[in-house]
Amino acid sequence: MFLIEVIRLAFRTLRSNPLRAVLTLLGISIGVGAVIALISIGSGVQRYVTDQFTSAGTNVITVTPGRMQRGFGGGAFAQPAQLTMSDWRAVANEVQGTSAMGVSFSRASSIIYTGKSSNVNINGVSPQVGAIQGWTIASGRFIDDADIASRSRVLVIGQSVAKDLFESGEDPIDQSVRVNGLPFRIVGTLVAKGASFIGDQDAIAFVPITTAQERLFGSQSQGTSGERTISTILLQANDDASRPAVQRDTTQILADKRKIEPGEPNDFTVLSQAELVNSFGLVLAALTTFLGAIAAISLLVGGVGIMNIMLVSVTERTREIGLRKAIGAKSGAILSQFLIEAIVLATLGGIVGVLIGVAGAALASRLAGIPADVQPASVILAVGFSTLVGLFFGLWPARRASRLSPIEALRFE
Amino acid sequence: MTTTTTLPDPVIDADLLTKTYKLGEHEVHALQGATLKIYPGDLLAIMGPSGSGKSTLMNILGCLDQATAGTYRLDGVDVENLKDDALAEIRNRKIGFVFQSFNLLRRTSALSNVEQPLIYSGLRSRERRERSASALRAVGLGDRLDHQANELSGGQQQRVAIARALVTDPAIILADEPTGNLDSKSGAEIMCLFQRLNEQKGITVIFVTHDQRIASHCRRIIRISDGKIVADEVNADQLKACIDV
Ligand SMILES: Nc1ncnc2c1ncn2[C@@H]1O[C@H](COP(=O)(O)OP(=O)(O)O)[C@@H](O)[C@H]1O
Ligand SMILES: [Mg+2]
Repeated sequence: MFLIEVIRLAFRTLRSNPLRAVLTLLGISIGVGAVIALISIGSGVQRYVTDQFTSAGTNVITVTPGRMQRGFGGGAFAQPAQLTMSDWRAVANEVQGTSAMGVSFSRASSIIYTGKSSNVNINGVSPQVGAIQGWTIASGRFIDDADIASRSRVLVIGQSVAKDLFESGEDPIDQSVRVNGLPFRIVGTLVAKGASFIGDQDAIAFVPITTAQERLFGSQSQGTSGERTISTILLQANDDASRPAVQRDTTQILADKRKIEPGEPNDFTVLSQAELVNSFGLVLAALTTFLGAIAAISLLVGGVGIMNIMLVSVTERTREIGLRKAIGAKSGAILSQFLIEAIVLATLGGIVGVLIGVAGAALASRLAGIPADVQPASVILAVGFSTLVGLFFGLWPARRASRLSPIEALRFE
Repeated sequence: MTTTTTLPDPVIDADLLTKTYKLGEHEVHALQGATLKIYPGDLLAIMGPSGSGKSTLMNILGCLDQATAGTYRLDGVDVENLKDDALAEIRNRKIGFVFQSFNLLRRTSALSNVEQPLIYSGLRSRERRERSASALRAVGLGDRLDHQANELSGGQQQRVAIARALVTDPAIILADEPTGNLDSKSGAEIMCLFQRLNEQKGITVIFVTHDQRIASHCRRIIRISDGKIVADEVNADQLKACIDV
């Protein structure tokens, strides 16, 4: 009951000098706002990136030619190694524990239709690639085995390509377009995935891999051994548990087939989607924590501001303290009065800071197109932390107040 | 059963109080063996020149400070060995203070000012408000409950302070120069109020003052000089402070 009284008193005191209260509170608000905004944006970006990777299918393992030199992101390949169709067949025949697998050969090109053109990546693929990469058919069908066998000139297009080439309301299915001078028939369109940090995912088209290697890009797919080369092997592991084994087996199969001596570096890269997500996530989480910590320092500065104001307030109200002691306030009552005033100030600052932070995150994501996830945990943490800041920085001034001698305090001018 | 009761028990029973301040090597003997008994219902002035030890005595009687030696019983409680928190409780329950400079909380209503001591008594909000309102009515401010303290005149502010002193129903009210900051008309009104409270409700009031006018309204005058009580007499021709009615 006494506590309610003291909290009420704290509010009344703060209201009696609103400008000072607001300015003091702002120190905390800015700190909390910065923490909330940075953590929200950080975790928003993290989720966004994770979504982008996993939308391509979970448990997906990719095999690409060349050795990845720098850890993540660099993607510089040491020597122009080639993966070929026989590598693909070796993996396809031998590896266990997969639910789907596919192969692709991709080159950039353009698709022409009645004078309009669309610059895209033409992906020559085997039938299961669509499912592994997480594509959904919007209309028509995907590439099938018959297309592969007959090297047919059929094309499945993404939404951006459809937009480039066709008017709205115009049905792309069965329309004839040209790629590298050859006529192709559109047999399917894909549901849009949206833009990602690697660009427009929907600027894409699929053709049978045999058509791409032999009809569209014949000379480019001619490997040094006389075999057709490929861009990527895609494997989908049955589940999380089997993924490491699939990755290990694939590496072994290819190393054996390509006669790489033990101890020699591989001239190909087997990468799992999960690893990519994890390493990216770790980098982002570290960055978010780092920025959050910098912002938290400003919270401490806000706390020093509170201590300063509370010390001024104790001095200004020396007579009030003397009077309260004269009429029967024990030291504990004075201590809790000033402590709670500091805590109320800091907590109010924290709440205002959350509002600032949420607004800031929303604004940043509006302006920069970055998504922002306001984490309930970070809100609770920030408000809780500012309460602690108030407690910590309010303690000393409050103790000072509680220890004043009533006689001297009453005599204070 | 006592059959020899002539006087009630004294509310203040102080015996040979001394107070010595140490200023480095130097010692100041502010009180040098003050002995006094004050009975319930008294209206009394403690007088003396500046530096004679009036405030020192008042601080001790008010349990704001403790004597270096001597004994002090307040309303039946020995207070000389009590700790700070116990003294705070005694002040809350047994003593009402009225100061020269009112010492009200600014930007706080009269009612809320009067409520403050009751907060420390642990009373519930409703009972606090009722008792504070009735204390304010007793000092003639029944129509000013919600006025801010700093919007009232000096005389009215001192009445609020008196209500605050009354509200806990204390054994004594200690008033240190209560009219010192007031014009003579307001001062007379305050003295009238004290006299009335004393006569009608039997409230014990002790003034600490060097103002002869205050003393002339009291029933008993104690004179103090150099930390010693040099005179303690009944004021034969006590003046009436209330002119009208
Ligand atoms: N806190 C203190 N420290 C040292 N000396 C003090 C203190 N308070 C009072 N004194 C001294 O004690 C004596 C009595 O003071 P006080 O009780 O204030 O007198 P009065 O109120 O009658 O003017 C004075 O000499 C004063 O200087
Ligand atoms: Mg004095």
